[in-house]
Amino acid sequence: MNARAIDVRGLNKSFGDRHVVRDVSIAVDTGRITGFLGPNGSGKTTTLRLLCGLLTPDSGEGTVLGMDFRARGDAIKRQTGYMTQKFSLYEDMTLEENLAFVARVHGLDNRRERVEDTLHRLGLFDRRQQLAGALSGGWKQRLALAAATLHQPRLLLLDEPTAGVDPKARREFWDEIHTLAAEGLTVLVSTHYMDEAERCHDIGYILYGRLIARGTADAIIRDSGLVTFLGEGPGIDRAAHLLARADGVLSASAFGAAVHVSGLKREALEAALVPWRKEPFRWSEVPPSLEDVFIQLMGRERDERYTS
Amino acid sequence: MTGSLPRILAVLLKEFTQLRRDRITYAMILVMPVMQLLIFGYAINMDPRHLPAAVLSHDTSTVADSVVAALERTGYVDVRYLPRSDEELDQLIRRGQVMLGITIPPDFTRRLLKGERPQILAEADASDPQAAAGALAAVSVLPTEALRHERLGLGAPRSTAPAFEVVVHRRYNPESRSPFHIVPGLLGIILSMTLVMMTAMAVTRERERGTMETLLSTPATPAEIMVGKLTPYVVVGLVQTVVVLGMARVLFSVPMARTPAGWLALACGIVLFIVGNLSLGYLISTLARSQLQAMQMSMFYMLPSIFLSGFAFPFLGLPPWARVLGEIIPVTHFLRIVRGALLKDQVLADMGNDLLALGLFVLAVAGAALGRSRTTLD
Repeated sequence: MNARAIDVRGLNKSFGDRHVVRDVSIAVDTGRITGFLGPNGSGKTTTLRLLCGLLTPDSGEGTVLGMDFRARGDAIKRQTGYMTQKFSLYEDMTLEENLAFVARVHGLDNRRERVEDTLHRLGLFDRRQQLAGALSGGWKQRLALAAATLHQPRLLLLDEPTAGVDPKARREFWDEIHTLAAEGLTVLVSTHYMDEAERCHDIGYILYGRLIARGTADAIIRDSGLVTFLGEGPGIDRAAHLLARADGVLSASAFGAAVHVSGLKREALEAALVPWRKEPFRWSEVPPSLEDVFIQLMGRERDERYTS
Repeated sequence: MTGSLPRILAVLLKEFTQLRRDRITYAMILVMPVMQLLIFGYAINMDPRHLPAAVLSHDTSTVADSVVAALERTGYVDVRYLPRSDEELDQLIRRGQVMLGITIPPDFTRRLLKGERPQILAEADASDPQAAAGALAAVSVLPTEALRHERLGLGAPRSTAPAFEVVVHRRYNPESRSPFHIVPGLLGIILSMTLVMMTAMAVTRERERGTMETLLSTPATPAEIMVGKLTPYVVVGLVQTVVVLGMARVLFSVPMARTPAGWLALACGIVLFIVGNLSLGYLISTLARSQLQAMQMSMFYMLPSIFLSGFAFPFLGLPPWARVLGEIIPVTHFLRIVRGALLKDQVLADMGNDLLALGLFVLAVAGAALGRSRTTLD
């Protein structure tokens, strides 16, 4: 049994002259939840589709679930659950019919029991006769998770599963993901939400098709070398856009009545803050948040692209 | 009122912008009328000429040549075959290779010279009454036009009275009832229209709704998806066939196949035709980017299916280029099969070519559709 559920190197994919995924390498240990972050259009969806065999890579090699991922795509498909970004079950069929279809197409035995168990597990049993199209966003997402896990896959790929879902439903969804991971399921999930990223064991940050940061949330924050100050006081939020343009400041964003100012060089950052170190403003150094780090990563990558 | 003008303009400009993006719709809007114009202008002939005919002469003199020449002078028929036996002639007519068969009896010349006004037999394939009428028009002038010189040269009495009689035989549809021709043909059109259109959206719909991504992430293969998606429509097609044939029988007294062999031949034709239409619809659905496009492509296909297949106008009356196009269209072959089985007592052996053509169509189109289906999204 391979300890790595996913171990893929040098993944590349182009559509025409758009190079969407560039030399991405991913290693995910069995039973871990890995968050996949990055701005829109950065290649997250494409990477997930490459891993589950929905797209053919231009180059790349490695194993998924211990099998050569290019040669044994079909075998990998059977043991992988994939939840698409857009709801993609049949809206004109009931929950039960949708799950029965998925069970059949995977050739599962004890179909009726499995469907009922899954409906119960995700709290969908009372709604089993409803048409999938009539469900609200949170319930649709639960149904999609039910469909993606019905065949008890060893690997679960989730593409922005909680977009447009309320906080309570999101929390329940993540509790379910953690339960599944505790049972040994490996999960790769793309998301835009920082709180969700922090619930992952590991994080990968992808930008312009390149994986630019990897590790636990703490490690990524630590390795960033970022220094962040928190400014408070009446009207300081309005100073954010002025601070953002100052030398030595990489990002300055208002959070309610407060402002986060980050930079890589402590002296330069402190110098930039001098004009604002006066009453009624108060400043304190805080650990950078994951969001501060990612915004800084985005900026740095863009600078490298323009200078190289 | 002046206030609403800018808003009308806004909607109007938006509409044009979207129209420009949808190139295929645009192309169809232009290509459809052009095709219609070409078909109606060049291919369709309400008064079909040069219909194929056969002349069987049991008489040893050169009289047959004169009949052939007189027939061809009318311009309505071309004598393509000179069979040597009644069976051969019968088969030419039954298989639809000729519209008209003329039989000259053994003692024709002798009785002609004696002034006994002998008879010749003209058998027309009236399973298409419209085309048969054209062929029989050619025959009606024979007694006065044919053999004028020959009779004089042989010393027969000079007379304006017809020298011989033509016995007309309208085979397969003696009363020339058009429902016998139209209703079986309609079966082909109904099956094409519904089956091609329904399946043309099969894949397109899944792609538009995003469910294709789920389907492809399952272990199902393209062939499995295709067979699974099309089989329900085979049932739909069979139900339609039963309904149409039942109504044809009850309402219009259209004859049905009379022997088990005839039913078997018909069944083979129907199944091949249904599968062919479904495959074509499936191919369209792998090509179309939206359900609207799929609909348009199906309509585009129906146009030649109606006009170049022999459904609306006699196939043999079409110009050669239109017949070549018609031979590619499965409806053409299906019409021959269904009319052959119902009206002409054809069996498998008689419709070999048409069944073969349908079979090739199924293979080619289903293969192309499968080739275009992928297990991936790229």
